[in-house]
Parts: sequence; C-alpha cells; structure tokens
Amino acid sequence: MAAPAMGTSRTAQNDVSQRRKKGPGALATAYLVIYNVVMTAGWLVIAVGLVRAEALKFFQTGALLEILHCAVGIVPSSVVLTGFQVMSRVFLTWAVTHSVREVQNEDSVLLFVIAWTVTEIIRYSFYTFSLLNHLPYLIKWARYTLFIVLYPMGVTGELLTIYAALPYVQKTGLYSVTLPNKYNFSFDYHTFLILTMVSYIPIFPQLYFHMMRQRKKVLGHAEDCSKIE
Amino acid sequence: MKHYEVEILDAKTKDKLCFLDKVEPNATIGEIKSMFHKSHPQWYPARQSIRLDPKGKSLKDEDILQQLPVGTTATFYFRDLGAQISWVTVFLTEYAGPLLIYLMFYFRVPFIYAPKYDFTTSKHWVVHLACMCHSFHYVKRLLETLFVHRFSHGTMPLRNIFKNCTYYWGFAAWMAYYINHPLYTPPIYGEQQVRMALIIFLFCQIGNFSIHIALRNLRPPGSKTRKIPYPTKNPFTWIFLLVSCPNYTYELGSWLGFTVMTQCLPVAFFTIVGFVQMTVWAKGKHRSYLKEFRDYPPLRSPILPFVL
Repeated sequence: MAAPAMGTSRTAQNDVSQRRKKGPGALATAYLVIYNVVMTAGWLVIAVGLVRAEALKFFQTGALLEILHCAVGIVPSSVVLTGFQVMSRVFLTWAVTHSVREVQNEDSVLLFVIAWTVTEIIRYSFYTFSLLNHLPYLIKWARYTLFIVLYPMGVTGELLTIYAALPYVQKTGLYSVTLPNKYNFSFDYHTFLILTMVSYIPIFPQLYFHMMRQRKKVLGHAEDCSKIE
Repeated sequence: MKHYEVEILDAKTKDKLCFLDKVEPNATIGEIKSMFHKSHPQWYPARQSIRLDPKGKSLKDEDILQQLPVGTTATFYFRDLGAQISWVTVFLTEYAGPLLIYLMFYFRVPFIYAPKYDFTTSKHWVVHLACMCHSFHYVKRLLETLFVHRFSHGTMPLRNIFKNCTYYWGFAAWMAYYINHPLYTPPIYGEQQVRMALIIFLFCQIGNFSIHIALRNLRPPGSKTRKIPYPTKNPFTWIFLLVSCPNYTYELGSWLGFTVMTQCLPVAFFTIVGFVQMTVWAKGKHRSYLKEFRDYPPLRSPILPFVL
C-alpha cells in the first residue's frame, strides 16, 4: 500500500526528526509546491495592484498556514521563530492597519507593503524552486542579499505606521478595557502599542544578524563550491 | 587491589582535560567529580556532567566505577552544565517574592494606585480573605521547601532563577494589582460564590499538603529512591488510585478556587498557564513511572482522572 520509497512511515512522529534531513514526503512536497506557487502568485497580484488592501489581508493571513507546516513537521523551521514572524505580520496587517482607518493612507504603509511584497515574492519562489530541486542561484542570492535593505525598510514602515496610529488609538480607546468591570481586568492598547515599538529594539537586531549569519553560511558555501568546480 | 586509571575528555572537543591514576575500583562518580574539581576549580561537581558517551546520558553520582562498562583505563566525557544554583535557594526566592509583592498591593503602598488611596484598605471583605489565602498558600510553599520536600537533584542551572522569578513575581504583581484595586468589583454571586470557592481552595490546599507528605514518606532522608506512591490512610491521598501526580491536580483545584473567589481574569490566566506547565510535568513523571515500574497501576492518568 504505502510506497517504501516515500520518506515517511505510518509512525511518522518519531521518524520525522530523523527524516527531516531528507525533506518531506512526496505528498507533502506536492502540497508545499502548490502552497508556495499560490503564495508567489498572490504576492505578484499584490505587487501589480500595490496597495490592494484585500489581497494583502488575505495572503498575509494565509501565511498562518506556515506555522502549521512547522508544527506538523513538513517544514524543518522552528515553530516558535516562524510563529513569531507570522504573528507580527498578521498583527500589523489586522490590529494596526486594518483597525485604524486613519493610517491606511500613510506613506509608511506603502513602505512596509513594498518591502513585504518584494521579500515574499522572492521567498516563496525560493521555496518553490527548492522543493523541486531546481533552485536558480539568482533566487538564492536575492533571498539572502536583498533583506539587507528590505528588512530595515520594512521595519521603518512598520514602526512609523504604529506611531501614526497612536493618537487615534488613545482618542477612541480602541481595543482597550477599563476598570471597573466584573472581570477585574484592564488593557490599554495605546500602551501596548508603545511597548510593541520598544520591543523592536532587542528583537530586530537579533533577527537581522541571524539572516546575516545564514547569508554567510549559504552564500559563502556556494562560493566555495563553485571554486572547487 | 587493582587500581583504575581515569581519563576525562571534553565531550565536544575531545580534549584531554584530566587524568587520574590509582583510582579505587569502588570509587563513585561523585568522588571522581570531586577529584576532577581539584584540577579544575571552576567546575564544581554540581556543574559536571560525566558520561560514557559524548552524546549519552549523564552518569549518576552514586554509580560505582567497577560496575560500569569500562576497562581498567576508563574514558569519560565531560560537559559543563553551566553555573548552578540549589533548588532550595530557587524555591525560597521564587515563593518569597509573591508573598511580599502581594502584601505591598494589599496595603496599597505608594506609587501603585492614585495617591489618595495610599495605605488605605479595601472595603470588600473578600479582598481581605483573598490576601489571607494567597499569603497562606505561599507560606505553606516556603515551609514545605524547608521541611517537607526531598529533592532528587541538588541544583539547577542558574538562569532558571531569573526565568522562574519573572514568572512568579510578575503574575503575583499582575493579580494583586487588580484584586486590591480601589475599583475592584466583588464576585457577582456574592457570599455564596466566595464561600464555595473558599471551601474548594482549602480542600485542595489540604489535599496538596497530604500528597507532599505522602511523597516525602516514600523516601528515606538523604536518599534519592523512587517508589510507586499508593493511597494511605489519609482520604486526601486516595486520589492516587486515579492520578499519578495528584499534587498538581490539587494545585489546579486551589487556583480554580482562588479564581472563582476573586472573579479576576488575570488569576484565570495564571491558573491556565500553571495548568499547562503542570500537565507537561505530570506527563513526564507519568512516563518515567511507566518506564521504571513494570507493575505500575494502569488505571492512573497523569493529572486529571481519565482525561489527561
């Protein structure tokens, strides 16, 4: 029934970590290829109509699936790292840009949407080609080089957008709960947004330098390989 | 008597770190660790992990040299576990915090609430009751740490104290802030709700204590023996029939009681987070019991009877 040539067995969970090195099974690969092609196309759509809000919300939210991919094990990345990244994007899309109408026409939104768009087109094509074992060096190079500019660009756009949203949040008390109430709980979204902005200070450098280290590992190695050949 | 030679290599770099000759065959790993400590004073025994295989499990301090699968020249691998701190120290610190922090909010020490409320007391009697329960809980924990628990391990990594204290102290402050707030809203169903919650809380506190005593009595002083716990004459221990870690079950019950008593969402969050962590621990403990004892009672669940 099950083809032994497939990388996975029925008792998948124990084997997954050992087989991760050989990648996902055939079915999972097919699914991932479809997922990544759809994502590439989606982000191209966004690129074409650059500030099509609906498309952004749909495809960015769709990225939640990526957390599931890690959790289930068909993608070898860490659930925590991926979760973090996806949640921060979803947060910016829904809890800031969508929720605070007044910031939707800000230039800062354009800034991070462009950064995300270019990044995601490259990233999803990178995954698509990798899964098919046919990765053009240009895509690999782009993925591990353009972030040097795109990452700070995106972060700047995100921070400026949150900052622009602050006065409206304070004025309207958006997503905030005050005392007294029967749950004996309070939440100030305005303060929360400020803390979020502050959290970029320790977090962004770590992610940025992680990508730098990945770059050296991936591109440095490739250079060595081409020298040997 | 034939003496052994012991060489200790770094598990990662395989460098030769130490060579001991004329080691008694009945020397324990603990004694070897002490000898290693002499040549490397920065690695006190508590932070040494000695194994037969670089990627293998740590050997126990009680293991005896001649009973290990080694030749007369034994090769061990060493891994540094990092700075260590004693369990007792960690427990005392992490429990003393909530006790004192909660009281600061209860007495409305300045700079927490608006100045006009400084050093005032709440007009709701449930707030006084909650303070007594919360304080009792942590005093109980401190006393148990000093007089009841028999720890398997002496130490844990130093970074744990920061992690643990952030958790306990942070949540204590968050809960205490709302319960002792001038705008606190007492439970909807009034005295009935508080009375029921108090009964649950006290019942589970006694239960939790009974389990701690039962577990202590399984283990002679100074030993690290592990035995299957069974119900004793104390009815609070009869839950052992259904659950491997009833101390966690009772702890969950206590905090559910406290949540209902205070009707405070942050307390509910604390209860949920604690429950998740205790479930992880209970499952691990349950698995170890099953692995170690062939005759482990099959009816038992890790933490919730029949469910989890």
